[in-house]
Amino acid sequence: MNIESKTATVAGGIPSEPEKATLEGKNKILGFWLFLGAETVLFATMFGTYLALKEQHLGGPRPHELFQMPMVAAATLILLTSSLTSVLAIMGMHENNVQKMRTWFLITVLLGFAFLGLEAYEFYEYVHEGHTITSSAFGSSFYLLVGTHGSHVLFGVFWITGLIMQAGTRGITVHTAPKYYVASLYWHFVDVVWVFIFTVVYLMGMMA
Amino acid sequence: MGTLIILLVFVLFLAAIFTGGYNRRYLERARESWLWGWITTVDHKKIGIMYVTAGGLFFLIGGLEALLMRLQLMFPNNDFISGDIYNQLLSMHGTTMIFLVSLPLLFGLMNVVVPLQIGARDVAFPFLNALGFWLYFAGGLLLNLSWLFGGAPDAGWTNYATLALPEYSPGPGVNYYVMGLQITGIGTLMSGINFLVTIINMRTPGMTYLRMPLFTWSAFVASALILFTFPPLTAGLFMMMFDRLFGTHFFAVAGGGNVTIWQHIFWIFGHPEVYILVLPAFGVFSDVFSTFSRKRLFGYTSMVFALVAIGFLGFMVWVHHMFTVGLGPVANTIFAIATMAIAVPTGIKVFNWIFTMWGGRIRFSTPMLFANGFLVVFVMGGVTGVMLAVVPANFQFHDSYFVVAHFHYVLIGGTILGSFAGIYYWWPKMFGRMLSEQLGKWHFWPFYIGFHLTFFPQHWLGLYGMPRRVYTWMPGYDLELGNLLSSIGAILMTISLFFFLYNVIWSFTKGEKAGSDPWDGRTLEWTVSSPPPEYNFAQLPRVRGLDPLWVEKSAGNGEMQPAEPLGPIHMPNPNHLPFLMSLGFFISGFGFVFQSIQVGVLGLVLVVVTLFIRSFEEDHGYHIQPEELQTKGV
Repeated sequence: MNIESKTATVAGGIPSEPEKATLEGKNKILGFWLFLGAETVLFATMFGTYLALKEQHLGGPRPHELFQMPMVAAATLILLTSSLTSVLAIMGMHENNVQKMRTWFLITVLLGFAFLGLEAYEFYEYVHEGHTITSSAFGSSFYLLVGTHGSHVLFGVFWITGLIMQAGTRGITVHTAPKYYVASLYWHFVDVVWVFIFTVVYLMGMMA
Repeated sequence: MGTLIILLVFVLFLAAIFTGGYNRRYLERARESWLWGWITTVDHKKIGIMYVTAGGLFFLIGGLEALLMRLQLMFPNNDFISGDIYNQLLSMHGTTMIFLVSLPLLFGLMNVVVPLQIGARDVAFPFLNALGFWLYFAGGLLLNLSWLFGGAPDAGWTNYATLALPEYSPGPGVNYYVMGLQITGIGTLMSGINFLVTIINMRTPGMTYLRMPLFTWSAFVASALILFTFPPLTAGLFMMMFDRLFGTHFFAVAGGGNVTIWQHIFWIFGHPEVYILVLPAFGVFSDVFSTFSRKRLFGYTSMVFALVAIGFLGFMVWVHHMFTVGLGPVANTIFAIATMAIAVPTGIKVFNWIFTMWGGRIRFSTPMLFANGFLVVFVMGGVTGVMLAVVPANFQFHDSYFVVAHFHYVLIGGTILGSFAGIYYWWPKMFGRMLSEQLGKWHFWPFYIGFHLTFFPQHWLGLYGMPRRVYTWMPGYDLELGNLLSSIGAILMTISLFFFLYNVIWSFTKGEKAGSDPWDGRTLEWTVSSPPPEYNFAQLPRVRGLDPLWVEKSAGNGEMQPAEPLGPIHMPNPNHLPFLMSLGFFISGFGFVFQSIQVGVLGLVLVVVTLFIRSFEEDHGYHIQPEELQTKGV
């Protein structure tokens, strides 16, 4: 194999792209990209359902009465920033700098929690205004779409927290590097989905 | 909670019986038992055998359901089975055959054969492979437990909204459908990703894409379809689950919901799903035609193109299941044309199979019998398919027995004959023993004749106006003869399966040992011993052309040349977590079926815990040293 010749090694004997240094690592990354393809279709189905049902509010609050730009903008900013910090974590991994990677992943997780806190507060407000998952078809499809995204964020923060703990004991090896890498891929994906939710649900909802 | 504890004690009790009593060495002995070996295995060949076995088990259940329905419909105004049970039978027959029989049988063959055909030592994700199987089995078990606890789903395998909502299906039946398919679907998605990565990343040196056997190609295309069609089903099932359990309004019209959304989502999944079921069967037949005609496949490249084209077009035809919904002439026309377009690549395949036999040295061994039977049946099913694609005619055929006849011609003709052909073809590779050719013919002919007897008259029954999914019919409408013949045919098919079961027993007791290459094969799976060693290839083979073994047979000494020196072989460790994780999903599903959020969450907690255990586990596998290898050479 020419992997060894292709990847210049850095201090510590780790290849510069440790996530792709083994067949297992390459398999994991490709498999995860395919999984993200499947996730895209899952969210597309929910987007489609939301678009079909968003006018069915049955006299309950309408999107432009519910959505508050400042809070949604803050949530968007937080989540987009967390994508940046996860990139910085992967850069730390490529520099074989465990401490840098763990720090940036920790910041990513904290931003993720901040986003979840805002989202929980947002849902809480909506419920008080009479917009619940059972209030109308609009409510059902809204909470399914945004809630599925939120549960992805929730899964992500626990996952990355687990990886930060593993990084503490095992460091960066060709076995652990693919895990960090796919976790950051996942985080970017969750971010991209939010960009679409921000546009389709919130911006288009507020324009109406 | 009490039930759970009782079940747990019961399981421990059973385990004790199987392993010989409790004592200090209890856990150790449990680990050494054969059952533990199968539960924890990550070997693709063993997982394949488990898929085929489980698929066969569900095939018996689904077949029994069909037989009961046919007995009820044998005579007019029959009261053998009442309408309520009949609804459950027809729903479970369809669901079982599609999700728990067809796909697992094909997955079983794919698991055993694909890594061997591309010269790989295992699949890309052995752990996920085991998880995929256990999730499928847990979902299937959950679905079938509905017969015992609370009643089976009764809204058809399509589970259309309104009928499937609590107002019209108040029992737990449809909950079983939703949770069972959800769990099975997750497993299927994992297996699909696994096959894709295996085929993309793990081909042996020289095995380029356009040298892959057609069965591997079909597994590849089917897996790509799985990747993009199962997520809509997942989303749709979530909506159905929420509508039923938590009172949301996705499909409930009173709350602003829309029943057509379920139909769209279901068929966006459902139509590619039938191509997922038939493409691997096409792959089996391609390999069988080529091997038993002693010729390379006619038009290999066009066969690959046709597979990909069918897979691609398969995503654009779902509305042909919904012509009568009233989406308008433009939508109907577009989807009608797209549907008819699929006949072109399918036609390419049929002609190529015929031309493969043309001038070949044909042996009518059992797999070849099934393959030839398939050609006739599938063309007939294809013709009625094009008839159904004509929108004005479809308005007449819709929901009649004509449709039933059509899809049984393509699904039994394609998938079931394909699975049998594949099982007869690769049985020696899986178990190291031959099946009886004599009994194989006794299996094929009654099955084939019984099949036509069952479903050919149904075309006419449909044209005479007999609707689908009714539990009885009245005399005096020219339906008597057709229904009687159809039921006799079903009995004949049932009888033929006893020959198959006997053949299996015969093979294990008296079957002659199969060498590595019992059929004078052409592809890499026939280069390793039968059954193959757990590492498949001592040295990875070097592929020098299409049909690599045949290339070596005609140009060399009939053995593959190695692509690497002998060395230690890395193997994955067996793992019990897939089973535990599936158990978590099973418990969770069972809880949600009975609207018990606590048990549902408890199961999911078990899933998350096992996920984290897996993530923290340091599992680097083990190595087999060259001196331990049982076979020399490639």
